[in-house]
Amino acid sequence: MAEDTGAPETEMMTGAEIVLRALKDQGVEHIFGYPGGAVLPIYDELFQQDDLKHILVRHEQGAVHAAEGYARSTGKVGCVLVTSGPGATNTVTGVMDALADSIPVVVITGQVPTTLIGSDAFQECDTVGITRSCSKHNYLVKDVNDIARVIHEAFYVARSGRPGPVVVDIPKDIQFETGAYVPPANVTHGTYKPQTRADAQSIAAAVELLASAKKPIFYTGGGVINSGPRAVAALRELAELTGVPVTSTLMGLGGFPASSEQWLGMLGMHGTFEANLAMHDCDVMVCIGARFDDRITGKLDAFSPNSKKIHIDIDPSSINKNVRVDVPVLGDCGLALEDMIAAWKARGLKLDEAAMKAWWDQIGVWRARDCLAYRNSQDVIMPQYAIQRLYEATKDRDAFICTEVGQHQMWTAQHYHFEKPNRLMTSGGLGTMGYGLPSALGVQAANPGALVIDIAGDASIQMNIQELATARQHGLPVKVFLLNNNYMGMVRQWQELLHGNRLSESYVEAQPDFLELARAYGWHGMRCARPGDLDAAIEEMINTDKPVFLDCQVANLANCFPMIPAGQPHNEMLLGEETEDAGAACA
Amino acid sequence: MTEEDLSVPPASTYFMVEETDPEERHTLSVVVDNQPGVLARVIGLFTARGYNIEQLTVSEVHHKRGVSRITIVTSATPHVLEQIRSQLRRLVPVHSVADLTLRGEPIERELALVKVRGESESRIEALRLADAFRARVVDANTGSFVFEITGKTRKVDQFISLMKPLGLIEVVRTGIAAISRGPEAMEV
Ligand SMILES: Cc1ncc(C[n+]2csc(CCOP(=O)(O)OP(=O)(O)O)c2C)c(N)n1
Repeated sequence: MAEDTGAPETEMMTGAEIVLRALKDQGVEHIFGYPGGAVLPIYDELFQQDDLKHILVRHEQGAVHAAEGYARSTGKVGCVLVTSGPGATNTVTGVMDALADSIPVVVITGQVPTTLIGSDAFQECDTVGITRSCSKHNYLVKDVNDIARVIHEAFYVARSGRPGPVVVDIPKDIQFETGAYVPPANVTHGTYKPQTRADAQSIAAAVELLASAKKPIFYTGGGVINSGPRAVAALRELAELTGVPVTSTLMGLGGFPASSEQWLGMLGMHGTFEANLAMHDCDVMVCIGARFDDRITGKLDAFSPNSKKIHIDIDPSSINKNVRVDVPVLGDCGLALEDMIAAWKARGLKLDEAAMKAWWDQIGVWRARDCLAYRNSQDVIMPQYAIQRLYEATKDRDAFICTEVGQHQMWTAQHYHFEKPNRLMTSGGLGTMGYGLPSALGVQAANPGALVIDIAGDASIQMNIQELATARQHGLPVKVFLLNNNYMGMVRQWQELLHGNRLSESYVEAQPDFLELARAYGWHGMRCARPGDLDAAIEEMINTDKPVFLDCQVANLANCFPMIPAGQPHNEMLLGEETEDAGAACA
Repeated sequence: MTEEDLSVPPASTYFMVEETDPEERHTLSVVVDNQPGVLARVIGLFTARGYNIEQLTVSEVHHKRGVSRITIVTSATPHVLEQIRSQLRRLVPVHSVADLTLRGEPIERELALVKVRGESESRIEALRLADAFRARVVDANTGSFVFEITGKTRKVDQFISLMKPLGLIEVVRTGIAAISRGPEAMEV
């Protein structure tokens, strides 16, 4: 834990001032929040300064997603400020989302005065109790002299090791009291010291095993992106050095350039045929910053049955959790990849050329299956087509893409090709509908002037639709590209394929007129229903320098393929045409 | 990524896995910062992930540094035990985690207070047994005794079961304190 080293000129100030000072010293420039009784002293301080820019959301869940978007697009820690009780409970979904996707966020919540804690006071809730299991760590500060230390520690915990959300609950009386400010340099961290450098033996074992492979694959994840630009560069270098094919999870997209010959596309439940079959048939798998999640592995006992596995992860609890691995490499994946490159070169290792040629030939056969093909239409916009056109129109603009959750999210992962890390913001682990719009606001705040697009579904967008106002108020010119199919498409797809096409409650009746809705919020509203009008609509959307809502009316009943129904092994995937028949048979 | 709530087998969005390995009983020692909520964090981890706690003892062991030591007895498969250890290590206020069972048979002791009615014949019998078990009488009146007994869990169990027919009234137990053999100490 931290110690007060007793710096000679201790600065005294109020708790509220300490909060802001600590945030500034942590490099925070934007804070996403919503005021209320228990944080008014902090809001009062905010009012009297200009360094920190506060972005007023319209719901506290939105504040956390915005902070997540901010963090994911920059690699910095996102920051949230909300009041006690309902303010704090409204953040819970966002905090859990950040935990599931390992996103560094610090959430500051107001609390009723210390003397009232436990009395069921107005807007009191047990914030640390409620957020204990959905945050990486949390604190209730009871002494004004602890505020600075705790906030510095919260930032350290949020960004170190496997990143995650940290909640700091500060009672109102403490915000008024006067206490000592402790700068970050004077705070030491006692217990939490994650191992970042993998030990040399594990690196050696990893490169030796990799060198023995005849059918190797790199299975990469969000850890590569969280680790930062060095990890991304090292991944690319190791891939080029060895010629190994690369796939990634949803969270890892952009960690390896999609334009590379070695890129197989995303893997998992809606991953490509070639990525999933290569995972199934490989003989050495190098998992880099991914966690063998159930959307990836499918049926566990049939998951890549004949491979030896190397797992690089900074979180020891991820190793051997779902899948037993042969070579665990515990540490930051950027450093581990650099060490592997050095070890590979030092030993003069090389993969068997003939074997690699045969492996790539096999992959070529799988690729030729063209698993993402779909039947396009002259009359109605196919959702896949809409994303392809959006990609073509924006690929040279270094766009930031956010998504909601559902089919449109998977189609984005399949048809939008990411070249760089930190360009896709999507709720992977928790699958939170309503994530995309607020997250886009955070991305735009962090990247003024950038093109930021939320690819949305008509059901998801309504979960945080109130954030349209935030964009307007803060001049954040984000775009909503709505793939409007009038269904909870992903739910409808499962019901069609697995529940006898009984579409229980998945049809969104009484849809709002999105055009009118967007306009009511002061957005530029647009609608497009014909394939021939799509390109022009997209052009107008991306070239309008204000928030734009494009209601793109797409085919209602399209399904997202390939698809591995859970419980199936990777080599038993449903592909486009095959399933259309199966679907019809069920109907 | 996208689905929940639809897990009606066989058409499920999740697959089900069963653990088939036999469970083992292990004693873990966890050194933590003695801060508010730390015990809730440890217990919450066990309940949230479905691990079981058979015994739990916690007390401060280093007042100046504010460090407590928690002893947990749990039963799980070796795979789950590995998870428990690394999940515990992930908690921010945790200094170190030792699986004492992996380091060889640890020394384990618990204390129980046992209240026995003990009238006429059985009174003498209870005292005789207490003596054999080296239990101390810490309260006595005409109608009842309270014995204090220390030892391994099995010894305490045995003593309690012998007291049952003699008029056992109630029992309170501390759960075990455990320490490894040899000169090594846990990291603090
Ligand atoms: C908060 C929340 N509630 C429910 C779900 C379950 N769910 C997953 S996808 C989906 C439908 C999403 O529909 P829409 O946003 O229209 O996208 P589409 O699948 O049609 O592209 C639902 C209800 C969820 N992921 N998140």
